[in-house]
Amino acid sequence: MNRRNFLKVAGIATSVITVSPVLLKEQNSAKAQQQKRSYQEALKEITGGSPVKSSDKVKLIAPAIAENGAVVPVKITVNHPMEKDNYVKAIHILAKDNFEPRTLSAYLTPANGKAFISTRIRLAKTMDVVAIAELSDGTFLKAEKPVKVTIGGCG
Amino acid sequence: MARTALVKIKPRRYKVGDIVTVASIIMHPMHTGLQKDKKTGKVIPAQYIQKIEVFYGDEKVTWMDVFPSVSANPYIAFNLKITKAAPLKIIWTENDGTKTEKTIQIKPKG
Repeated sequence: MNRRNFLKVAGIATSVITVSPVLLKEQNSAKAQQQKRSYQEALKEITGGSPVKSSDKVKLIAPAIAENGAVVPVKITVNHPMEKDNYVKAIHILAKDNFEPRTLSAYLTPANGKAFISTRIRLAKTMDVVAIAELSDGTFLKAEKPVKVTIGGCG
Repeated sequence: MARTALVKIKPRRYKVGDIVTVASIIMHPMHTGLQKDKKTGKVIPAQYIQKIEVFYGDEKVTWMDVFPSVSANPYIAFNLKITKAAPLKIIWTENDGTKTEKTIQIKPKG
């Protein structure tokens, strides 16, 4: 009886010891994920792994040199119809080297008339800004532009 | 706590069939949660606009996921095709659920 009990307790203890580092690691890695997300991960979240083609239908207007990284004006126009079954479903703006690469995702409908977004974003340092147009047929088009930043935008 | 927000249509005069630009701005610091208060040394908690929804009449025509790397006092402009006289309502929702709403009337001429 004693041995049986001892073995039972030992078994439980061993499984707890084996499991706990896995649990702790998950907690730690979840924390690590919160701290930084790569551009590739952010991109995957948007496209689900679908290919993204560079296209000159996507016009990304951003300054070559931004004096103030806290306020970088970005304008995106997509030269594509906005009709009921054929329209630009979303425009995603990403800043490749920011702590969180996603900055804005605008979901459009044919009621917009034209696929256009203008906003101001923060860039922590010199990096590429990427505009991704998601079309209603599931394809993704993109345009990229490097922006030099003299004073970083995230404090 | 609703914040000051402005919505403007450019051009000011338009008719049915025109595509206008809707410019919106809301006064908000967009705290990323990464900065420390210089005086107290404590991290300023993340407080930012997270979602924007645009209603033209009863229809939701545009919506956006906003991340804290959008500049403070978020300025966002987009296009709208004028089809009818109806209210244009924009709702900004923050990461803690606070909402700010602003409605303007779309009044096409002719």
